[in-house]
Amino acid sequence: MANVLVNAPKTARKGDVVEIKALILHPMETGYRAGTNGRLIPRNIIERFSATWNGVEIFRMDFSPAIAANPYVAFTAVATETGTIAFRWTGDENFAVEHQVPIQVT
Amino acid sequence: MQRRVFLAGLAVTVLPCAAGATPDSMAAAIQEVTKGAALQPVRIKLDIPPLVENGNAVPLTVTVESPMSEADHVRAIHVFNEKNPQPHVFNAWLSPRNGRATISTRIKLADAQKVVAIAETSKGLFFTVSADVIVTIAACIEDIT
Repeated sequence: MANVLVNAPKTARKGDVVEIKALILHPMETGYRAGTNGRLIPRNIIERFSATWNGVEIFRMDFSPAIAANPYVAFTAVATETGTIAFRWTGDENFAVEHQVPIQVT
Repeated sequence: MQRRVFLAGLAVTVLPCAAGATPDSMAAAIQEVTKGAALQPVRIKLDIPPLVENGNAVPLTVTVESPMSEADHVRAIHVFNEKNPQPHVFNAWLSPRNGRATISTRIKLADAQKVVAIAETSKGLFFTVSADVIVTIAACIEDIT
């Protein structure tokens, strides 16, 4: 279980624009750096981040090696209905992490 | 002569980091996204510090002025750079569900360089903005040795 930190409001009024921040622990090794033996360290990055609201995709982002280690992304979403916001990170070396947060929309 | 060989060796060891994106390859990467459409320098803002001490994590925010309605919204935001090993930084896809067209993240910069953001709208327009960033500690030189 990778370490994930998500900051999203627990409640929102219908139609409000809420800010969602997501941070995940990951080295984002570029594949361009040499290790102690002088050889390049193989690339190991997260390639894709996506967020869904009750199963409907609201945000998607493709990372390149130029995204800093422990990728942080902040974006906004319109609060439409009560439910869960699910986040998914996938990448090299079969990296796949999912995280969900509940949200109450009134 | 030996000194020359030594210097040539130095140049080679530095190369893996230096070889990479150039203004030309960035232009090519941008061309791939816009498919030749005109870029307008309006309605988009790129917030990035002009002087960065550590290129390993540079905060960046892209904001686009857009009603984000079904008829007129920002469909994608792309960020490019000139001198990292690759010209791509990220591509993000948005929809009216986002309410506002704004993204924040943290990026790596290998050198003092220009960063370019491009927004693509549902009407097929492209907005662009660029910023020059000076980096004192580059992200690429910190090999684990």
